[in-house]
Amino acid sequence: MSATTAPAPRSAPQSTAAKLGGFADSRLGLSGVVRANARKIFPDHWSFMLGEITLYSFVICLITGVFLTFFYVPSVALIEYSGSYEPLQGKLVSEALASTIFMSFEVRGGLLMRQIHHWAALVFVAATIVHMARVFFTGAFRRPRELNWVIGAILALLAIVEGFAGYSLPDDLLSGTGLRIAAAIILAIPLIGTYIHFFAFGGEFPGEAFIPRLYTIHVLLLPAIFLALIAAHLFLVVLHKHTQYPGPGRTNNNVVGYPLLPTYIAKAGGFFFIVFGVIALIAAFVQINPVWAYGPYDPSPVTAGSQPDWYMGWLDGAVRVMPGWLEVNVFGYVLSGNILLAAVVMPGLLTTLLIAYPWIERLATGDSREHHLLDRPRNAPTRTGIGVMALTFYCLMWANGGNDIIAIQLNLAINDITRFIGVAMFVAPPLAFLITKRICLGLQRRDRERVLHGVETGQVYRLDNGEVLERHAPMSDYDRWTLVQHDNYVPLEPGPATDANGVKRKGALLGNVQRRLSRFYFEDRVEPVTPTDLAAAHSHGAHDAIEGHDDPAAVEGSTGREVGSGQA
Amino acid sequence: MSDVHDNDNDDTARPVSTVRDSGTDAPGTTRTGTDLQTRRAPVPDRFEDPGLPPHRPRMADTDVAAAKRAERQVAFLFFLSIVGTVLTIVGYFAVPLRDETDAGRVLLSNILLGTGIFLTLFGIGTGAVHWAKTLMPDHEEIDERHQIEGGPQEQAEAVGILSNGIEDSGIGRRPLIRNTLVGALALAPLPAVVLLKDTGPNPEGVLAETLWQADTRLVTDPTGTLIRAEEIPIGGVVHVQPEGIEESSHFLDEKAKAAVLLIRLEPDEVAPEALAGSFAGIVAYSKICTHMGCPVALYEQTTHHLLCPCHQSTFDVLQNCKVIFGPSDRPLPQLPIDVDGDGYLVATDGFAEPVGPSYWEREQDLRRMTEES
Repeated sequence: MSATTAPAPRSAPQSTAAKLGGFADSRLGLSGVVRANARKIFPDHWSFMLGEITLYSFVICLITGVFLTFFYVPSVALIEYSGSYEPLQGKLVSEALASTIFMSFEVRGGLLMRQIHHWAALVFVAATIVHMARVFFTGAFRRPRELNWVIGAILALLAIVEGFAGYSLPDDLLSGTGLRIAAAIILAIPLIGTYIHFFAFGGEFPGEAFIPRLYTIHVLLLPAIFLALIAAHLFLVVLHKHTQYPGPGRTNNNVVGYPLLPTYIAKAGGFFFIVFGVIALIAAFVQINPVWAYGPYDPSPVTAGSQPDWYMGWLDGAVRVMPGWLEVNVFGYVLSGNILLAAVVMPGLLTTLLIAYPWIERLATGDSREHHLLDRPRNAPTRTGIGVMALTFYCLMWANGGNDIIAIQLNLAINDITRFIGVAMFVAPPLAFLITKRICLGLQRRDRERVLHGVETGQVYRLDNGEVLERHAPMSDYDRWTLVQHDNYVPLEPGPATDANGVKRKGALLGNVQRRLSRFYFEDRVEPVTPTDLAAAHSHGAHDAIEGHDDPAAVEGSTGREVGSGQA
Repeated sequence: MSDVHDNDNDDTARPVSTVRDSGTDAPGTTRTGTDLQTRRAPVPDRFEDPGLPPHRPRMADTDVAAAKRAERQVAFLFFLSIVGTVLTIVGYFAVPLRDETDAGRVLLSNILLGTGIFLTLFGIGTGAVHWAKTLMPDHEEIDERHQIEGGPQEQAEAVGILSNGIEDSGIGRRPLIRNTLVGALALAPLPAVVLLKDTGPNPEGVLAETLWQADTRLVTDPTGTLIRAEEIPIGGVVHVQPEGIEESSHFLDEKAKAAVLLIRLEPDEVAPEALAGSFAGIVAYSKICTHMGCPVALYEQTTHHLLCPCHQSTFDVLQNCKVIFGPSDRPLPQLPIDVDGDGYLVATDGFAEPVGPSYWEREQDLRRMTEES
């Protein structure tokens, strides 16, 4: 085995791998796919893992959900409970609840699968929302990714519906109470609400039809839609190539990162196992949804502190904050504004704005170029402010969904909390917008400061005349680039509404809206440092001398006065 | 056209160029806004992208011992996964559940299986990631992006193909075919909607009907025993349902409307408008919240407030269950009661209005009920 033996060629036709490869290529045309994609580059950043967590927790739900279907019985027929859970012995419970308790106590791993399924569902919705926030704050929704933003928004909504459908299935007291509320929302729909309710429930609430129907929706209809939309979502990610954060060498025309094979496969594939493993660990130790303790659904009893799963909390909170007088009579019919505004109009409006956002912002920027470089959130202060404003509103509603829990834990009056949030929902979001925008502008100014005057070194010198100076080290080209690379948008001036002859111009109204919107976005701004700015900053005499020379002796004798009064 | 606009040679009001490279603008372009910088003389360009920073090798790239150590760590993590798999299988067979189940066994099984599966998966995951981070090449590579949209020629070709195809189909030349096709397609979903009609009956006013009527006796919920007035102490609360409700064909549907709360006040505390339907300080109210139908089951004895735990609508029993806080708009309907010849509590009539949450036709149902009585 020395130099005399030629190394065996890797693609020797005899090797098993080569035979397999040949088999696959001749039937699937795989060599082209491998050539085009195996070394595809993916950029690296922790925030890109949020989308992965979303995808993986969905897959975990699929896997564990299949196991649950082997034992769950989607029927509300009442049977006498005779399983191993003592407190329910001899009581009338639905088959749905009995089978859920059976798989929890008498099937090994059944409880674990239920808890993994439930925890993964909670993580799924949470990761969806955080992933969405990342996409929003970094501007990843901009052209060419608007449609993927829309797909993502639809997925986020469906995730909430799917989660609600799932936790309604065990037919325990808590889930039944949740369904009661869903039924009331349907009843509140004007004109056709009562009919929709009777068709959906097969009659009155709770009826016998709804749980089996919900089951089909939960395990078949919605997952199929999910899979189709997720496939489209991922296809577009591959088509567009992933966005990347700005930095030296990263341009709008390239992707810098690691190849799919082997690095990214190992990292992303490994991450699936990590997410699954961690959720399994949580499910091993942290109980969730102990339906046996709630007991069977009965419209009469209820427990204090009834809480839905966390992602329904903001809708529940919105319903809680509405005043009763919003229910009005319209020509002899009842319009339940107190329910409709909170449960239909508000979420509908927010969703519409969410989906429309990429186009709203494009009206303000007038920018239809492709964007593959992400924004640092501070460099889009108005967008970041809007995002925080929306999150503030969301969190206030969510907090109000738990107003009873907060009242007990903090020993406050529930009425005060509700009234406070009723006012704060109007005051706090705009305030959050202003504060966030100011913080962003402040951070941008600090960036400017660092670029213009370098980084503090902590090395302090005293001059002969007694003046004390700190040495600032200039930034490296690489560090500086990240702080100065971004675009600088200025308010648009679409031109006057009338031309020189006083004739109204086409599109003048849109122009006006655009002008105002654009001003709102970009009137206050801090511009990135240009080489001229830097040169000007460096011409402040002694400052430069100190920056340029490690030896303080070199500046002896210079006045140094300019430094102390730096920006004067 | 362009002579009439100063910074815009388009004939709409839309701007042409929108992003200004910092520093390239002529003075005076920034006409609006609080420009946070002082105006500058024009300068030729922005900073230049310095390109990728030099690669810094990792420990394992330069030190054979470090690479060997990383290799052992990855192998250890994969081995940990194998241990987890063994633990899971052992845990499965070592802790059977079917014969005798107590909470402790279920808990033990859950923890054993969960921890085992955690190790199985977490070992593989962290091993793979650690492998990638320490030993796989970490030289950043560059892919060039290509414009998503096709060039003018590609676009023109695509448009040509499409219009030829449409032309070949003749749909433009034969409006009769086109119009009937559009009509057929528009109507085709209708059967799918109509077929859903039998998913449930029409409402027919049943939301306003409950099992309560004159002479229906009150029994406790859920035990079903008859109630004597003297059995209820002052300040006492009893959950009530109509006698014989178990026999109804849709037991839970009926209960969702007929659940009632019985409260004994001091006789002089009863609201004047509720007096007629009360007996010796005992008042009966629908327990189904007029907001969204949850049971209004929380009674605060000292204040005589009823609280719905779902959305905190609060009803004051001393004011005939008027809403004093929360999102509900209507008071809880009162069930008029009395005692029968045997001394048991009995309804003297049904509810005078529909119970539970509002619905579009509620006013109509209410009018009908008022006319009938």
